[in-house]
Amino acid sequence: MIVEDAICSFCGCLCDDINVEVEESKIKRVKHACRLGSSKILGHSRIKAPMIRRDGELMEVSYQEAYDRAAEILLHAQKPLLYGWASTVCEAQKKGILLAEEVGGVLDSTATVCHGPSVIGIEEKGLPGATLGQVKNRADTIVFWGCNPAEAHPRHSLRYSSNVCGRFTPEGREGRKIIVVDVRETRTSKNADETVIIQPGTDYEVISALRMLVVGKGDVVPDEVGGVPKAELDGLAKMLLAARFGTVFFGLGITHSRGRYKNIDNALSLVAELNSHTKFVIMPMRGHYNVGGIGQALAWSSGFPMSVDFTRNAPYFNPGETAACDLLAKADTDAALIIAADAASNFPRAAVKALAKIPVIQIDPYENPTTLIAEVVIPSAIAGIEVAGTAYRMDGLALRMRKLVDTSYPSDEEILSHILESVRRMRAGEGA
Amino acid sequence: MIIKGGIVYDPANDVFGEEMDLCVNEGRIVEDAKGEEIDARGLLVMPGGVDAHSHIAGTKVNTGRIMRPDDARLGIEPRSGVCRPSTGYTVPNCYAMGYRYARMGYTTVFEAATPIIEARHTHEELEEIPILDKGALTLFGNNWEVMECVRDKDISKLAAYVAWGLRSARGYGVKIVNPGGGEAWGFGSNVKSLNDPVPSFDVTPAEIIAGLARANEMLHLPHSIHLHFNNLGKPGNYTTALETLELLKDIKPGRMRQVVHVAHMQFSAYGGTSWRDFESKAPVIADYFNSHNHATMDLGQLLFGSATTMTADAPLEYGNARLTHNKWSNHDIELEESSGVVPMVYFRKMLVNAVQWAIGLELALLTRDPWKVLMTTDHPNGSPFINYPEVIALLMSKPKRDAEMATLHEQLPKRTSLGGIERELDWTQIAIMTRAAPARILGLEDKGHLGPGADADISIYNLRPEEVDPSQDHVLVKKALAAAKYTIKSGIVVSQEGQILATPEGKTFWVDAGVPQADMDRLMVDLQEKFEKYYSVRLSNYAVQDAYVPNPKVIRAGIKVEPMKEVA
Repeated sequence: MIVEDAICSFCGCLCDDINVEVEESKIKRVKHACRLGSSKILGHSRIKAPMIRRDGELMEVSYQEAYDRAAEILLHAQKPLLYGWASTVCEAQKKGILLAEEVGGVLDSTATVCHGPSVIGIEEKGLPGATLGQVKNRADTIVFWGCNPAEAHPRHSLRYSSNVCGRFTPEGREGRKIIVVDVRETRTSKNADETVIIQPGTDYEVISALRMLVVGKGDVVPDEVGGVPKAELDGLAKMLLAARFGTVFFGLGITHSRGRYKNIDNALSLVAELNSHTKFVIMPMRGHYNVGGIGQALAWSSGFPMSVDFTRNAPYFNPGETAACDLLAKADTDAALIIAADAASNFPRAAVKALAKIPVIQIDPYENPTTLIAEVVIPSAIAGIEVAGTAYRMDGLALRMRKLVDTSYPSDEEILSHILESVRRMRAGEGA
Repeated sequence: MIIKGGIVYDPANDVFGEEMDLCVNEGRIVEDAKGEEIDARGLLVMPGGVDAHSHIAGTKVNTGRIMRPDDARLGIEPRSGVCRPSTGYTVPNCYAMGYRYARMGYTTVFEAATPIIEARHTHEELEEIPILDKGALTLFGNNWEVMECVRDKDISKLAAYVAWGLRSARGYGVKIVNPGGGEAWGFGSNVKSLNDPVPSFDVTPAEIIAGLARANEMLHLPHSIHLHFNNLGKPGNYTTALETLELLKDIKPGRMRQVVHVAHMQFSAYGGTSWRDFESKAPVIADYFNSHNHATMDLGQLLFGSATTMTADAPLEYGNARLTHNKWSNHDIELEESSGVVPMVYFRKMLVNAVQWAIGLELALLTRDPWKVLMTTDHPNGSPFINYPEVIALLMSKPKRDAEMATLHEQLPKRTSLGGIERELDWTQIAIMTRAAPARILGLEDKGHLGPGADADISIYNLRPEEVDPSQDHVLVKKALAAAKYTIKSGIVVSQEGQILATPEGKTFWVDAGVPQADMDRLMVDLQEKFEKYYSVRLSNYAVQDAYVPNPKVIRAGIKVEPMKEVA
């Protein structure tokens, strides 16, 4: 059987033209996906059964035992952290938000070590954006700033940006100016008309210089900014102003370098100003396929898009205090549920050390470094492959992930529902 | 359930403040019932409130939340009892939307603007809103397929597309926002008049509006086109409003209702040539509505304080952001729309804001027939919906209006006729403008009235209409309307004295319109090409799946349907 138009559950591109060949409930072949996507869809060895750590060793247990132990940990913690959520569907995320409310925890997503600074920038300035199809049909000038889609989002350029043809862009790559701003040459810059290499950590200064040049105050710009000669920056500003429809895509090179959210704030201001002259939009290159979804679901349920503290029964949001790494750095959390993300691989070393000191519940289809520090491990079905559900693309577009194959594993949503049931049962028991 | 002894205002059934009992069984109003009795002796009883135009769900609303953590902090109420936590003032979270409307006695609310391609998101949020019945209007005014059908004068294919679009979006009706302007905004420009050609498409806004109105009536949709005029929010735009209304006056309605519903009329009743000589043209607009019967409006009343402007009129939002130096979100939607969100504060001491405040009230008071005017604030553009009691109190009390005007800019009386208007609305008129008329204008047969068979959505207020004089006792009126003594939704008491008691799931209305297969076949040839070449998603992944509308209420319409009988 061939499943047509399946949606890839790897990155924020959510390519929805994937053909998947399924035989006897096994995925045999994947067509149209990039190597990263194929590898994700084809899968690899799974955690076989739920486990609880006893005397330092993970021992297989029943699902119910695992749910109960997880509930016990969450219920007895003062301030549990419920972290991850990027590689699962919104149906599970919504259940997770309810669980965080009920146990009085802090819910945070992988955005906190990814595009969290972008969110804070957007809180300062708003987001002048568009759907990816708008870029495809109209953009004649595209800037990739601090991102490398050729390696991280391999089909981005073919489906949505540099090389795709659209209604007002019939020539595709030929009709576009592609600009890469980065600290080094990348595979993306090989496809660029113009590569601007800046010194690491100077994004803010370079954006500021461009803003000055765009509003006609170039005389205050020094001869060199971030290692780039003024004449080159002036040429870049002129390219931006000459665009009929310009787009800036940005990545972690700018969100997690010096300046962080201030870089984004500045970039958003540049784009807003460019709109006084021509049309320009800007978009973060989101990584995990549904990291956008947790931001959306949290915003509509709690009013805030990440790092939400429910310990006081009402949502409280203060990144710097309530983000996952803040809590771990200050030992301000005493248990963690890690779902659909690998905290141990992606957090700063000190945060991982802090995580290793508290009880950790892991919900994931796969073993990963977080498993090594987990006290409870609950294997789940792979959302977006074995479970249908909603995901939000990097431009905020919601799509429905197809179920491609059957599975005997419970979904993330089911696991969270069971833990919630155990929490309610235990709480009722304790109350009685 | 029996509701005993209330003073009932049910204007759709010619009940104007009569003492009577109401019987409820299995979620509907019936002739006779047993069971729980609710004592409403002497109290104001009306059908549950119906809001036909409010921005409650979808990408715009969530963008407002994400860019405004300051706003989320304004409305925090902790989790308690049956309630999940509430946050936000102008952009409340989903739960707060349900609880706050229900507390005020509202039970049905329609989201005003959803692009087809983003309707999945809208339904995700609608599903999270507790208690209320809801629906979502679907945006068509800047859609490539629409403009091409209009250009080719192929109204049958256009009707097929509207039917297909409503089905794909699980949408309720045809919303048109700044037609042509959203497409022009794709390259940073706008259309400036009804006859200004849309770049690259060889059509004008006038042709788009008239074409969609004809298709709407061919399909016998329950609601008419729902129109946000071109040039909205600009001084002197009342002429665009009048020209647009004239354009539609000879179109024959497919059902017994208006041909066009004008969204937030306040924002399009502006005189003057700039903000400097800005003035109200509400009397001219009201005269037009008084002498014509093809159009209805909602107010879009503006109140002083915080708001969040959000609209598919993206160029307008860019203007707002430049004017106020505030943060700006924009969202262009491939082949279909554009949109924007900008936070806003309206000031008492700013003459322009004071004139805008007066215009909404003038429109409501100068339009003689309350069936033509809905009370809205275009939430959260003019003010959040939580302030409806303030608007109603102003409409019912000349002394309150005078007291308010005395605090506003001294030039105000020269720019508006409001000070000279003696009219004070009564409870019948309020019941029409907040219940009966929105239900009739939307074409919801079981809403907005209390006749047998109607949905048992009832609001009972701590107010004795036979004793209270709203003109003098406007403080009491406002207080009573802010928290109903009882709000009953589908026969369940969901709110009592401002406390939420139950959070049943509401229904979602959508319209399934039938068209001839031949038209649909011709349409699909176009659409296959559009998905192959231009959309960034596949046709097979585009339409909203049933999973997103777990409690649907499908209204059938279509080309072969007989015209509906007149409601009530």
